[in-house]
Amino acid sequence: MSGTYQGKAGKTRRTSLGTAILNAPYLLWAALFIIIPMFIVVYYAFTNKDGAFTFDNIKHLADYSGVMLRSLLYSLAATAICFLIAYPFAYVVCKWRPSSQKMANMFIMLPMWINLLIRTYCLTTLMDGNGLVNQLFVFIGIGRIPLMNNTGAVIFGMVYNYLPYMILPIYNVMSRLDKSVMEAAEDLGCNAFQRVRRVVFPLTLPGIISGIIMVFVPSVSTFYISAKMGGPGDFMIGDLIESQIHSQNSNLPTAAALSLVLMAVILVSMLILNRFSDDEEGGSMLV
Amino acid sequence: MEKKNIIELKNITVSFDGEKVLDKLNLSIQDGAFVTFLGRSGCGKTTTLRVIAGFLQPDEGDVFFGDQRVNDVPPYKRPVNTIFQRYALFPHLNVFENIAFGLRVKGAKKEEIEGKVREMLKLVNLEGMEKRKVTNLSGGQQQRVAIARALINRPKVLLLDEPLSALDAKLRKDMQVELRRIQRETGITFIFVTHDQEEALSMSDVVVVMENGQIQQIGSPVDIYNEPKNAFVADFIGESNIIDGIMNRDDTVTFAGHTFVCVDEGFEHNEPVDVVIRPEDVDVVAPGEGMITGLITQATFKGDYYELIVEVKGFKWMVQTTDAYEEGQQIGIVLVPDSIHVMHKSEFSGLYGDYSTFSDEEDVVPPEEE
Repeated sequence: MSGTYQGKAGKTRRTSLGTAILNAPYLLWAALFIIIPMFIVVYYAFTNKDGAFTFDNIKHLADYSGVMLRSLLYSLAATAICFLIAYPFAYVVCKWRPSSQKMANMFIMLPMWINLLIRTYCLTTLMDGNGLVNQLFVFIGIGRIPLMNNTGAVIFGMVYNYLPYMILPIYNVMSRLDKSVMEAAEDLGCNAFQRVRRVVFPLTLPGIISGIIMVFVPSVSTFYISAKMGGPGDFMIGDLIESQIHSQNSNLPTAAALSLVLMAVILVSMLILNRFSDDEEGGSMLV
Repeated sequence: MEKKNIIELKNITVSFDGEKVLDKLNLSIQDGAFVTFLGRSGCGKTTTLRVIAGFLQPDEGDVFFGDQRVNDVPPYKRPVNTIFQRYALFPHLNVFENIAFGLRVKGAKKEEIEGKVREMLKLVNLEGMEKRKVTNLSGGQQQRVAIARALINRPKVLLLDEPLSALDAKLRKDMQVELRRIQRETGITFIFVTHDQEEALSMSDVVVVMENGQIQQIGSPVDIYNEPKNAFVADFIGESNIIDGIMNRDDTVTFAGHTFVCVDEGFEHNEPVDVVIRPEDVDVVAPGEGMITGLITQATFKGDYYELIVEVKGFKWMVQTTDAYEEGQQIGIVLVPDSIHVMHKSEFSGLYGDYSTFSDEEDVVPPEEE
């Protein structure tokens, strides 16, 4: 647009300059809010309170191995349960009329519009010793059941909060499956179970992997849910990090080391997941 | 000729949203035949195919395979396989695994699968392609994979739902020949759905012409062309002049103001009829020498013949002749008894008019590209 045309070289240069200008805000954003904070985390993780280099923080983490293992197990359990609920649900919803499918989608999304803290708080009032659920149990004669402050409650809370993140990516992929491919499978001798195993499952794998990542990542770093709904033995790595930051003598180096380990765990699990989908779609989106 | 029926449809009725798509359809299909369902879109041909495959339950009527009623047998238990319109290959499997799919589901042994897949690859000329992704194949190659994937199961009947419609003209011709060869080699009954009359005539042993959810005519391609049962079939298959006439008595019919000798019998005395004259069966002579006379309103040179539109008593005929004529010329027309075909009146009578609005549009051959 700028008057004189400088031939091919000039044009390419101008384009790349334009691209650079367009990219700049995002690069700046990434540097400011992603790269630099990461370096700060790394810095704190490898320095002591006086700012000297040390491996002590990392070595120290051995004391917390129980918490870390627990976090891993809880989040794996929550992810597995989410998958077991979400997959058949998505499969069934895909067979509904389009209008019903839209409705179902609405109801899945609805809880996501409400803040997680509020959602979890509501859940605790429902499941308390004197909560609505227990009142119902008493009313129908089962009697009071301790629903809160145990491991089951934590995992339930995680499933309750993160289930939509499993359903939506799976539903998205599943609803776009070619109907005639399903018919072809049936035509070639597959009963309903074989159709799922041989065709639906492999073709929805990208959605499954997105779902697993989207549930596992927030689950493993969960903090509020476990503190609010779990018992004393249900302390998770997220709670630990929070308590290190908020403790009287704010222990940032330990918190940083912990979150570094958490990052490594997430990175490794995503690498493993990507192995499962050699498909170019979806699976390799993050690593 | 007396072969046993492999499939029988009895009084099949199917409705979608209260609209009848198939209306009391009856059909028997003989073992080992190449049968084509021919009709326009919406005539019910694909619906019939889906009823046979089992994807669709008829509202009324029975489906028999041999002597067994199969209405309640799900598709995966029926001894038929389908080639889908868009092939419906499994995108997550390579060529080999797509073809092996049916055998894997059955739990066949590894060596058996290897051997049979090789055999199929050879049958459809895809040797050496087994590792390729199906998503990277051309339309024709995908088509071949679909054929191999179906035939490896040795179905009693192969159903083909407009399988060639996505291919370009030249490839389509090649695949027609190929499908015919495969059908002969395997001896499997093929039921082929198409809207392309040329395809139907050139490939089939038996053509089933359908319209309005009903079968209009069943017969060999030659019968369908030469002896159409009603105005729909006559109009749909090839070019036809369909003229109102009166059947005076056996072998005598009056139309276009002249009484002709014909070879049709078995009509009521003075029954109103539809008379079919194929354009190539008209003999053009000098004005005085014809049985009737007409005025050429349009003459088109077509290479090996001339196509004339001739007005005879206000009705425009299409005539094909090898001699040169010009617009505005008077001609005489001679019709020998064999060139006249008489049909009973039907719901389709009078629907198709004459050639006054005819244009060459339908004859345009799409550019042939690979």
